[in-house]
Formats: sequence, C-alpha cells, structure tokens
Amino acid sequence: MNIALEVKKMTMDFGGLRAIDNLDLDVKHGEIVALIGPNGAGKTTFFNCITGVYRPTRGDILIYPPDREQLRINGLKSNNVTEKGMARTFQNIRLFPNMTVLENVMIGRHCRTKSGVFSAIFRSRKTIHEENDIVEKSYNILEKIGIERFVNEFAKNLPYGVQRKLEIARALATDPFILLLDEPAAGMNPIEIKELDELIKKIRKQEKLSILLIEHHMSLVMNLSDRIFVMDYGRKIAQGTPDEIKSNKDVIKAYLGEDSDA
Amino acid sequence: MITIQEIKKSLIVSVWFMLLTFPIMVIRVNTVEKIVEWRWENMFFIGISVFFLSFLWRYLMKRKELEKKPDIGTWEISILQEIVKKPKILICCSCCLVLFALLLPFIFSFYQTNIITNALIYVMLGLGLNIVVGLAGLLDLGYVAFYAVGAYSYALLNHHFGLGFWSVLPVAAFLSAFFGILLGFPVLRLRGDYLAIVTLGFGEIIRLILENWNEFSFGPSGIANIKRPGLFGIQMSLETSIIYIYYLMLLIVIFTIFVVNRLQNSRVGRAWIALREDEIACQAMGIDKTKTKLTAFALGATWAGMAGAIFAAKTTFINPASFTFLESAMILSIVVLGGMGSIIGVIIASFILILTPEYLRAFSDYRMLIFGATMVIMMVFRPQGIIPNVRRTYKFSKSRIEN
Repeated sequence: MNIALEVKKMTMDFGGLRAIDNLDLDVKHGEIVALIGPNGAGKTTFFNCITGVYRPTRGDILIYPPDREQLRINGLKSNNVTEKGMARTFQNIRLFPNMTVLENVMIGRHCRTKSGVFSAIFRSRKTIHEENDIVEKSYNILEKIGIERFVNEFAKNLPYGVQRKLEIARALATDPFILLLDEPAAGMNPIEIKELDELIKKIRKQEKLSILLIEHHMSLVMNLSDRIFVMDYGRKIAQGTPDEIKSNKDVIKAYLGEDSDA
Repeated sequence: MITIQEIKKSLIVSVWFMLLTFPIMVIRVNTVEKIVEWRWENMFFIGISVFFLSFLWRYLMKRKELEKKPDIGTWEISILQEIVKKPKILICCSCCLVLFALLLPFIFSFYQTNIITNALIYVMLGLGLNIVVGLAGLLDLGYVAFYAVGAYSYALLNHHFGLGFWSVLPVAAFLSAFFGILLGFPVLRLRGDYLAIVTLGFGEIIRLILENWNEFSFGPSGIANIKRPGLFGIQMSLETSIIYIYYLMLLIVIFTIFVVNRLQNSRVGRAWIALREDEIACQAMGIDKTKTKLTAFALGATWAGMAGAIFAAKTTFINPASFTFLESAMILSIVVLGGMGSIIGVIIASFILILTPEYLRAFSDYRMLIFGATMVIMMVFRPQGIIPNVRRTYKFSKSRIEN
C-alpha cells in the first residue's frame, strides 16, 4: 500500500510550551488509523497543524494525492489544505447552524466549483448546470450517510448524533482522499457509536479514502483501526496494530499511571 | 386573570415612569416670561397610560413565552412569509406593486414623489448593507463612507470635468468598490466588536477628510449646482426631472433586488452565509476567507456608491453633513429591523423608517423617542426582524431536483 499522508519529525511550540515533540506518523491509502492518548496529549493540536490552522514550528507534512505529485503542505491555509484533498471534522461540532442540512453539505462543494459573482448574477446555462450538480451531489452524500430525511431542516435543530454525521457528510463533499475525524463519537450513546462504526467502514469501502481519527472510545478504536498511534505529552509513545497496543506497557502506563506495587 | 400582585406591579411601573418623564413632560421653562410652567396633568396622563400599557406588555410577553414552547428554534411564520412561499400570490402582488409604483408620480404630488425617491435610495443602501451585515455577518458601522465616496465622486467629476451622470455612475460604483476593498484589507482578521469599531473609524475618517480638505472637497460648504441626470440631452423642468429621477431610482432598485436575490442563493452567497455562521469551519471547508470577505465588502460598497451618485444628482448639493454616523446607524437599523439577510424585510423597513417621520411631522419632537422605543419593542418581540430570511428549500423525488 502506498502512503497517503506522512508527517516527519513535526514539532509545535506555543511560546515555551512544546505541544508536539518530534512526531512521526503516516497513513497509507485506504487505511484507517487512530490517534489516541490521554486528554491534553496534543491530538487536536496535531490535527490543527496538519490542516493549516497552526503552522508547525519544525518538520514536514507531506501528502500523496492518488493522481498527483507529492505535496508539502506546511503553512498552507486551511482552505488550501482542504482543496488539496484533506478534509476534517471538528471535536466540538462546528456546523453552520442557520443553514439547512443540504446547504451545509453544499458548502463542502465550494472548493470543487468555480462560479463567481458575475456568473451568479447572469446565471448562464453553465452556472445553472453547476448549481444543479452541487445540489445533486450533496443530496447523494446525505443519502449515503443516511440523513437525507433532514434535508431542509436547519442544522441547529438536528439531534446531536445527526449533527455529528452531518459534519462527516460536509467533509465528504469536498472530495477528500484523506478524512480526518476529530472525536466523531464524542457524546454518542452505544447504539449511535455502533452506527458510526459501520458508517466509517462503509465510507472507507465506497470512497476508497484513508481515515485518520482521534477517539476516546476504545472499543470503537480497537474495532475500526488498522493501526494505532498513541500520544502522551506531545510525544509518540507507541504505534502498532490494536492487539499490539492493547498489551503495550507504555500505553497502559500513560492511561492508568504506574503501578505502585511494582 | 388580573391579580392584586399584577396591579401592584403596574402601579410601581407607572409611578416610576411618572418620575422618569417628570423633567420633560411636566416642567416647561417659559423663557419669554421667565416663569416655570408646571403641567401636572401630563404626569397624570402618563401614569394612567403606563398603568394600562404595562398590562398589555405583560400579556404580550406571556403570549411570546407560550408561543415559544411548542416549536423551539423554528422561525415564526407570518402571513407575509406565506405570501412569499406561494408563487401565484407573489406574482399577483408584485404586479400590483409595480403598477402602483409606475403610476405613483401621477397620483401623488411632487413633494411626495420626492420623499419616496428618498426612501428608494435607502432601500438600495439597505440592500447593499444587507450583503455585508446580513449575509456575510460583518458588522459595518461606517457604511455611509461608501455613500459619501459615490456622492463626492459624481459631484467632483461633474464640477471639475463636467462629466454627466451616466458616465460617472459606473465610476462611482467602481470607486466605492475600491474603497470597500481598501477597508476590507486591514480588517480581514477582525470580527465582531473590533470590526465594528474599525469600520466606525473608517466612516469618520472619510467624513473628516471631506470636511477639512478644502482644496479637494470644498470643506463644510459642500458642492452646489451638481447637474441632474440627463436623458439624451432633453431639457427638463424641475418637476419632470423629479419624476425622471423617481423612475430612474425605481429601475435601479429593481436591478438591485434582482442582483441581490441571485447572489443570495448562489455559490458566493452561500459562502457569505457560511462565513457569518462559523469562520473557522468555513475556511476548513475550503472557502477562501480573504476573497469571500473582500467580495462582500466590495459588493456592499458598490451599491452605496451608486446610491451616493444618485443622491448627489437628486439634491444637486452635497456637503459632509449628509454623511454622518447617524446615517450609518439609520441604514443599519433598516437592515436589523427588516430582518438580517431578508430582501423584502429590508425594503419594508426602509419605507417604514424613512416615510413615517415624513408623514408624522406633527410628532417630529418625539421622533427619536419613538424610534428608540420601536427598536426596543422590536428586539424584545421579534429579534429576527419584520420578515426573517427564509432559506431556500429543495424537494427531492428519486434523485430529481425541484427547487
């Protein structure tokens, strides 16, 4: 399998605080990789660094789009990162509350479409075609995720679980080849988590994309991921398959603390 | 049922209001005869009316609470919104409106036509600011600066080079858009209150430059004898030209509505709304924040610039006093009162806010008082504006799209 995303020796400093220290990570095409770690380990900071919200202090972030050359994306703005094919969701849901569900997904199509101010005013055949295409694609994504019955609902009126799914739908609308999910199961009940598990597997299969997720629900992580990276205090403390991670001493120490008897 | 407690509450409120309005309603200093008049009867009237109004207030508040419970968060649907939804009624209504608008100068006097032209200018300003504030969510308190840029570009180009209205109109629009971008660049990183303060400052800078740079703008004395808009060189009397400007304004307003409506439901319009809703998410979804903000500023300013040029041509005299902060506040009130992002709301609000003071000249002393009270009442009972913006909905039947 080829590599889709490669992070080499990335360091992120906030003043004197080193939030991420020399982190190496890679995601292969079609793989589901989980990034876990105790609270405050720097997982979301890592996401923010690779999606262009922050500019990492040192290190390289490389992406390998399937049909293009490799790209170094350090310091790109987050909209450009999305355009290059890496889409994300947010830990604390960040939908557009006063837009309909469909419009939320349509926003995702923005970077794949072109019409500007003048074509909006004159509304040529090309623009109408593009507009219909946006609507159709967005609706198809809603169907795929299974939330099409909320299509004209305002995003703010949706149940919590549906809002989480809508975030994924919106990210999918940007045609990514890597999907970054920041705690997709946060606040969900066991049934919703099971649905999410199936949904993520389905997305990977249908869209043939790589998924990197941050998650705290261990059952979901162990079930879904091909490989797991574990972070603590900004450092990578372990990596490997779910079984390897389960029995890794450092990981158990990071989560449960040192055994006082030992 | 009215309880003793409620009566007690109302009594307290009415006494409070009697005290509050005592200095302005009761005491009157007669400067001619140098005596103080005590108008105690006013206090009595205020006490009585506030007593009853407080019951009405409480009743309305209660009703509002009750209304909220069944459908939390959904927009209240008024009769007007129903009309908007049904295309047949909408077409019928708009036909009647257009017919009325066309015949208006022949029904009403010149004075009234003039006032309505004035209101139409504010419709245009309101719709322009609606792009910036209502859609893109960038609180702009210095919008009048672009209005001034438009007005002065026509006035100065006409004064120095004798250019006509029609050739300057696009120039004014372009110049204002340029100033919009000029303001847009430094405020790209700002939002909310900070943005409001900077735009307020920008508005004041433009006004102060116009007031003090005598060689350029003729200072506070302004520019007089600006040419009225021409029509293929036909000589027009004052009255015909008033009617002409009215029709001109009507045409431009219809054009504005057309453009803003198209923009609202386009790719660009959606990007603006997304920007208003959540800046970080908007950028993470691949929208270029810089470009989107600058287009909003530039397009909003364009309409103000055109309105300014028309204003200069209509009044034939401009000076910086027409472009104070109060004007910006007025336009912003139109947008807020009408409903952020709603075209019909903005149109109705601008007619209400501009025409009411004209026709209620008898109450001109209390104008600001009534204005303030209206705003407070609106914000309490209908914070979403007269006609809240409705998002476009789509129907789907087996992957076929109907709008």
